[in-house]
Amino acid sequence: MSSFWSIWITVLSLGTLVGCYLLLRWCLKNFAGVEEGKSMGHTFDGIEELNNPLPKWWSTFFLLTIIWGFGYLLVYPGLGNWAGLFGWTSSNQSVMNLEDSNAQAANAKENGLIVQYDMEVKAAEEKFGPIFDAFAARSIEELAADEEALKVGQRLFIQNCSQCHGSDARGTTGFPNLADKDWLYGGSPAEIKHTIMDGRKAQGMIAWETMLGGEQGVKEVAAFVLSLSGREVDAAAAKEGQEKFAMCAGCHGANGEGSVAMGVGAIGAPALNDNIWLYGGSQRVVEQSIKHGRAGVMPAWKNILGEQKVHVISAYVYSLSQD
Amino acid sequence: MINKHEKVEKSVGLFFIFTIFAISIGGLVEITPLFFQKETTQPVDNLRPYTALEMEGRDIYIREGCNVCHSQMIRPFRAETERYGHYSVAGEHVWEHPFLWGSKRTGPDLARVGGRYSDDWHRAHLIDPRSVVPESNMPSFKWLEEKTLDGELTAKKLETFNFLTRNKSHKDEQGNPIPLYSAEDIAGAKAAVKGKTEMEALIAYLQSLGHALK
Repeated sequence: MSSFWSIWITVLSLGTLVGCYLLLRWCLKNFAGVEEGKSMGHTFDGIEELNNPLPKWWSTFFLLTIIWGFGYLLVYPGLGNWAGLFGWTSSNQSVMNLEDSNAQAANAKENGLIVQYDMEVKAAEEKFGPIFDAFAARSIEELAADEEALKVGQRLFIQNCSQCHGSDARGTTGFPNLADKDWLYGGSPAEIKHTIMDGRKAQGMIAWETMLGGEQGVKEVAAFVLSLSGREVDAAAAKEGQEKFAMCAGCHGANGEGSVAMGVGAIGAPALNDNIWLYGGSQRVVEQSIKHGRAGVMPAWKNILGEQKVHVISAYVYSLSQD
Repeated sequence: MINKHEKVEKSVGLFFIFTIFAISIGGLVEITPLFFQKETTQPVDNLRPYTALEMEGRDIYIREGCNVCHSQMIRPFRAETERYGHYSVAGEHVWEHPFLWGSKRTGPDLARVGGRYSDDWHRAHLIDPRSVVPESNMPSFKWLEEKTLDGELTAKKLETFNFLTRNKSHKDEQGNPIPLYSAEDIAGAKAAVKGKTEMEALIAYLQSLGHALK
């Protein structure tokens, strides 16, 4: 802050306090020319105004608040560039980017500066840090069998993941069920952790209507797709669809086994032969998926949650599909 | 003058002047200096202007009153930063006219909601919030899907923001201000939003929130 504004703030603040004191003193004087407690000389409906002084308790408290004000401005950073006796601040100032903020926070924590927010975080780190450190040192498989870790993982899951995947992790239309054994990007501990850390972006299914020769083509492929899961379909249409399905096989596999089974998990093409449907398994919805395409996105969480928390969540998610 | 007190009490004009004087001191001390502080007039390093589509989305956010139930202001408390991310700083908001900090959280804070959910999630959530969050009490905004933007005013909006932020933009190496929107941005604004649905615009805006500090 420039010294002009620092002086501006200081003079106005202290001036106000002094002004309050002078106003109080002035109001305590008797200017009325009438003895205290005596009538001011007028009555309204028999009610008389007396020249009473300000109540003693009230003026004393007013004076105390003024004194308190001076004390407060001495201890806390209220007067321009004056940082207060102990350098207290609610958070680091002039943060221009994340690196800057992290550096300031690290400095505050290391040197024990009285930065309220950093002190709060430091206390939490001291309390919870060792717990997460201990979790981080163990494998996801191991944590998946540890009741304590699962409780922590579940709580984190509910706070951060349930909005899409549901509080029971069973997903909803368009958002995968994590409690079954069907995976878009692989269900090993490492793959789950990778998915949460860096997010996933499905290669994306394009709109196939034109490529398949219109409505009829879409219907046929949908019939074939449903038949892969053993569903009852129009056999003639499914047969037509089977030929066209060659175009789909690149991502979904020749038998609709999905990209994970094909060993190209990063594409995120679902298995079509297990009667598990991300976007719905009715003939109509499957047709829509083929017609308009689909592309799911899983956001990356490493910057939001940090690796240690992701590690514990991964264990929770992994545990859901283990019997 | 024997009774000064009486003089003030009986003169409306004088009383008015004294009152204005008394209540303006707080503002003079707490507000005026902020117009001249680096912290409150300089954008943070990574702040980027809204795209044309995001700008339209922002207006829809205002029109639908999202800021009545959602704040965009993460306070420096651990309880908030654990959930929402880095606390908000003034430099992230220097280009906001008006700012949308809000004052009430019926729903969660949105200051850093960008990138937290997929576009598909936002669409599902805005059409029917309870389809993804069963305990939500947010209303449905399904009509956003049905209305498209014509982009007639988009260029004007960008120009207006250039004007409003003229002293608060990023500076180039010579220290010259870089306007938020170039002539090219403004010329292409209409084409960038025309035909897009309001839903797309709002989602684009939501996905941009909080980008500067995460």
